[in-house]
Amino acid sequence: MAAPILTLAPEGLYCPAGDFHIDPMRPVPRALITHGHADHAGAGHGAVMATPETLAIMALRYGEGFARSQQIAGLGETVQVGGASVSFHPAGHVLGSAQIAVTQGSEKIVVSGDYKRAADPTCLPFELVACDIFITEATFGLPIFHHPAAAAEVAKLLESVAMFPERTHLIGAYSLGKAQRLAALIRQAGWDRPLYIHGAMDKLMGFYAAQGVALGEVIKVADTGRAKLPGEIVLCPPSSVGDAWSRRFADPVACFASGWMRTRARARQRGVELPLIVSDHADWAELTATIRETGCREVWVTHGEADALVHWAGTQGIGAMPLHMLGYGDEDEAVDQTVQPA
Amino acid sequence: MNRFAELLDRLAYEPSRNGKLRLLAHYFRTTGDPDRGYALAALTGALSFTNAKPALIRGLIAERVDPVLFGLSYDYVGDLSETVALLWPAANVPAQNDTDRRNAERNTLSDIVETLAATGKVQLPRTIALLLDRLDEKGRWALLKLITGGLRIGVSARLAKTALATLRDCEVNEIEDIWPGLSPPYLPLFAWLDGHGERPASDTAAQFRTPMLAHAIEDKDFAALDPADHVAEWKWDGIRVQAAAGVGADGIRIARLYSRTGEDVSAAFPDLIDMLVDARFGDAALDGELLILRDGRVQSFSVLQQRLNRKTVSAKLLLDYPAHIRAYDLLYDNGEDLRPLPFAERRKRLEAFVARATNERLDLSPRIAFASWDELAAARADPRSAGAGEDAEAVEGVMLKRADGPYLPGRPKGQWWKWKRDPFVLDAVLMYAQRGHGKRSSFYSDYTFGLWRKGSAGDEIVPVGKAYFGFTDDELKQLDRYVRDHTTNRFGPVREVAATVDEGLVLEVAFEGVQRSTRHKSGVAMRFPRISRIRWDKPSRDADKLETLEGLIAVSE
Repeated sequence: MAAPILTLAPEGLYCPAGDFHIDPMRPVPRALITHGHADHAGAGHGAVMATPETLAIMALRYGEGFARSQQIAGLGETVQVGGASVSFHPAGHVLGSAQIAVTQGSEKIVVSGDYKRAADPTCLPFELVACDIFITEATFGLPIFHHPAAAAEVAKLLESVAMFPERTHLIGAYSLGKAQRLAALIRQAGWDRPLYIHGAMDKLMGFYAAQGVALGEVIKVADTGRAKLPGEIVLCPPSSVGDAWSRRFADPVACFASGWMRTRARARQRGVELPLIVSDHADWAELTATIRETGCREVWVTHGEADALVHWAGTQGIGAMPLHMLGYGDEDEAVDQTVQPA
Repeated sequence: MNRFAELLDRLAYEPSRNGKLRLLAHYFRTTGDPDRGYALAALTGALSFTNAKPALIRGLIAERVDPVLFGLSYDYVGDLSETVALLWPAANVPAQNDTDRRNAERNTLSDIVETLAATGKVQLPRTIALLLDRLDEKGRWALLKLITGGLRIGVSARLAKTALATLRDCEVNEIEDIWPGLSPPYLPLFAWLDGHGERPASDTAAQFRTPMLAHAIEDKDFAALDPADHVAEWKWDGIRVQAAAGVGADGIRIARLYSRTGEDVSAAFPDLIDMLVDARFGDAALDGELLILRDGRVQSFSVLQQRLNRKTVSAKLLLDYPAHIRAYDLLYDNGEDLRPLPFAERRKRLEAFVARATNERLDLSPRIAFASWDELAAARADPRSAGAGEDAEAVEGVMLKRADGPYLPGRPKGQWWKWKRDPFVLDAVLMYAQRGHGKRSSFYSDYTFGLWRKGSAGDEIVPVGKAYFGFTDDELKQLDRYVRDHTTNRFGPVREVAATVDEGLVLEVAFEGVQRSTRHKSGVAMRFPRISRIRWDKPSRDADKLETLEGLIAVSE
């Protein structure tokens, strides 16, 4: 049997033939990055290859010198890296997110990174890449997870805003991806008042807007003086909803936009009054459909609820292996890196 | 069904009582009959589907979902109804025969309730499956909660009735008065509430009457009160109950035991119901304290707790924990409403009543003799020598009632007073804080505190309790700031704060008693703990020891 295309090293997935890591959790000489979330895109690597948007997001977060050298990956272009050929394909997760296909001889592995199949006005849709081995996440890898149409969740939000015009709707949404998607969806639903944001989101909001995503008028809460903003919609990092920061608003309705809002216990544990099931990850139906559609003979599960997905793959005659990669998580549950301690 | 499901869903997430009232009132106002009546029945626990057991639901899901995937999902969600509601496959199976099709088309709450009531045990799984096929997730969750009983959405029967009262702008007591004569779907009740129907007649047999409550007395109140105008009794550490019996419209004797809030707890106390259905009890309603008596001695509250919150009771439990009512008021006696009479008059009637009933499970709440407030204060300080004798440890203070006062529902001013025994107080160290709910959701407002004990590695602090009130809004802000500034660890909504010999915040905790507990790491559990003072000045090493708290067990038990 030929040497494997990818192996599991302490830093993360490693390609011996090309001598590079994919989404490594520690600094390495050469890294290929799927998307800009902090658990996948760290600073301090030697050379970094990623889509232009992901490189720009890393520069925004870590400064221009986040790596010694940067290489732009063009979507769909095949590039030779050492003994492996590599191509990037849209993953539909956040702006700039990509799956990375690695081919060696006749064997192709696709590292999906985080992905979703649902429509998202802020990024390119997921592109299916046929492969032999598909490496998937399983953040929502249980059959209870079904993400309803995001537009319906936004409609629920606007209904609540109409019902409680004296209160501020404070929405916890991750600063990269979720916040912009929600803003774009709120605009699509016809909300034309300004959207208010926590200062920690300012840079990324500006970046998305510069990339042509229609976010409308966005105002930093800090720029409104002491306004209590009744009847308005405020976006902030999830951790800020229950923070002292939230006290300035008019009897805020605590909302949280996340796939986790599917279960009541999870929502109530966080003190959420209005759960919005909006996720940038694949739900169970998307995960299983994607695995089937890639035609892979083997699926590796990086992180999340791997047990159920591995069991399911077995019932479908697909080889499955959990990788138990501890460094990856779901951004909604992570401490938001963009929020600086006060 | 969708509207009802929507209501339950909103209620489940709504933290505030006023918010819940608003949602309920809105639902009752905007929903037609008989749906709102069945919803009311569901909320007040008046609906039951005896054949729809969790096992039936498990059986249905096992036919549809891989058992391993179900198991993993159930582990994650933790609630059977919710897991099944989320996992139920979207239906695209056409209805198979005429009956199925007819049933499938019937989707309102009342249709569902009537369909289920008319369905036999054998046919039930199929009927429920068809209903689940027709509903969305929220609807499935609501249906499963409804048929398996126990909605557990933080709405009491009393709250639902309070919401009803807002429809007519009347007192909730008016609804309580007529409630026993009503049954689902409550058409005459809603007609009256909407203003186009007669007030439904109250069936007075064994009905609940809203109890009269007392105000906590403060030192300054005594100056305006004359001891000669008042009667004093012990305040017993039990459960306030109302026992009522009478003859129903069908000529059969009925007896009921109600909690203070009007919840019917008869099923948990068959020993007391036996006494009440006895003809010697007559057509009467009395107000008293539920206690456990062994050999004539009142047992502690922790003993009584073994009998509480049970749907049914075993013979052994009845034998080991014999229930008893210590009566302190008589509200109704053989067709006569005694509530307008002065307390002194009612007391005479009560004494005669207890003598006539002659039952070992019923006795009279003794009066405390006193001529001055000082004498009453002395009795409160030492109940044992003031007449309570061996039962003194079950006394939690004294009650003071105006001798000429009528029995008024609610908490009228200047009529009844409670003068509780001084609480126990200990200095404990703050260990963990959790964020609150609703208005307190941005504040660390629930505090776990501990006391010192000798551990294997030297002195250590062991958690002994949790308190989330007793402080002012300003103190809450200060505590919240302290927690944020001294966090050493985070677990979801919980923060751990520094609690060592050199660092830590001392909280003065007041509590009513302490008992042994296997559920707490410290082996003890406090009753009714609250923060009485924040000891910013006191070093953590000077906080109290666990053994001090343990030493109080004997005193309070």
